[in-house]
Amino acid sequence: MRKYSVFAIAREAMRAHKGWEAQWASPEPRSSYDVVIVGAGGHGLGAAYYLAKEHGITNVAVLEKGWLGGGNTGRNTTIIRSNYLYEESMDIYEHSLKLWESLSQELNYNVMYSPRGVMMLSHNTHDMQSFKRHINANRLYGIDNEWLTPEQAKALVPVLDISKTARYPINGAALQRRGGTARHDAVAWGYARAASDRGVHIIQNCEVTGIRRGANGEVTGVETTRGFIGTKKIGVSAAGHSSVVMEMAGVRVPLHSNPLQALVSEPLKPIFPCVVMSNTVHAYISQSDKGELVIGAGTDQYNSYSQTGGLQIITHTLDAICELFPIFRRVKMMRQWGGITDNTPDRSPIQGVTPVPGLFVNCGWGTGGFKATPGSANLFAHLIARVEPHRLAAGLTLDRFRTGRLIDEAAAAAVAH
Amino acid sequence: MLLIHCPYCEEDRSELEFRWAGEAHIARPENIAAISDEEFAEYFFLRNNEKGLTYERWRHIHGCGRFFNAARDTVSDRFLMTYKAGLPKQALPETGASEKTVETYEATEGDAR
Repeated sequence: MRKYSVFAIAREAMRAHKGWEAQWASPEPRSSYDVVIVGAGGHGLGAAYYLAKEHGITNVAVLEKGWLGGGNTGRNTTIIRSNYLYEESMDIYEHSLKLWESLSQELNYNVMYSPRGVMMLSHNTHDMQSFKRHINANRLYGIDNEWLTPEQAKALVPVLDISKTARYPINGAALQRRGGTARHDAVAWGYARAASDRGVHIIQNCEVTGIRRGANGEVTGVETTRGFIGTKKIGVSAAGHSSVVMEMAGVRVPLHSNPLQALVSEPLKPIFPCVVMSNTVHAYISQSDKGELVIGAGTDQYNSYSQTGGLQIITHTLDAICELFPIFRRVKMMRQWGGITDNTPDRSPIQGVTPVPGLFVNCGWGTGGFKATPGSANLFAHLIARVEPHRLAAGLTLDRFRTGRLIDEAAAAAVAH
Repeated sequence: MLLIHCPYCEEDRSELEFRWAGEAHIARPENIAAISDEEFAEYFFLRNNEKGLTYERWRHIHGCGRFFNAARDTVSDRFLMTYKAGLPKQALPETGASEKTVETYEATEGDAR
């Protein structure tokens, strides 16, 4: 792999950009691998990368039924934060945030991580008490989070309506300054390039249709649309389709798949400096580097794999956006899309071993999986390599629904609660 | 937005009047205190989450207020039928059973037209 650098740009500029090489290889699948990962989103590609880099396991395939990063990795609103309430959540999201901070250097790929701050608006006494509790929990745990008055919030986001007569009055806000955004495609591409460089096979247009098991119930390989591929270890990182893939091995998981929508506006000049979320009135907004306002809406109430979602859901979100930021009332929306989120009953992810030997699962990230990409991938690789969870992911087991040790994370996302 | 047929009101009404109420035909164990943790997890948390045909409960919360069951395709989101609560799982009508699920957004959109 040729490194990207200012010298590479200069060199290519002088020869009409004819020397750039493909970012990752697209090899024919081998008959077997040490590890097969199902799903080439950020989590799956990242896990393959860390398997190769940190655990020396390079005979790895990442199978993707569509195209790389075409699922939730390319459909989210790219918000990164770690201001969760419980230690299990703070552990994994803060681990992830720390990896975000150096990810561009790590991968030699500009993932455009931008710690521009994530502000969560408080609209009433309940919000205020809940956010202050989160702030205190975060700070005691070494995670930055601070309380802003409405005036301080407006100083940071001048287009915010903090008047007393506003439809949704604001009595303060919580701000995590290290939170922010990143370029979602670049995360998938960067991990794919770095993993491919270390020998990982990335196989697109290869749908897993079955999981083959041996005499003792252990996995022996996967049936795919490109033939059988043998392996002793399967890591399922299939987001909204996790239930479908796990069912192939006879494992039921406590998941609901729901569409979650997002939309972007026409591009504007820089007007919005950070990410603003309002859990109470259900709106998320930030401005991309291209200038589009990126807006996250809610989930539909029913199970669905349709990747669309109802119009009333985004209308509701835009109602709130227009009330909070009256200046955006005449902005035109340009595109809308949906992704399928996999939601657990306690809104915390599942990462761990399963009752089937050799089958590992990473799912349930619901409406907030993007921020977790590097951390989740890193810890999933550890799980697959060592066959036991990393200390930071020890609480996220599938078994917690039997033991009752749930992580009832209300901070997971407004859209899911 | 979905258009849902309430089997009690016998009317097609907008989704806004309804609340989704989870997978249908899950029987609460007779003596819930006696079952094991595994059985409780199975009953309480584990769900089919089917891609394709699913049986689920809905409640006409802003109408008659009653729960009922529905068969729906989770890929096209199309309702195949609704029936009253308490009835056993219903076989699909002929047309619904032979209907193939559509995979892509474009295909679903074509159907809607």
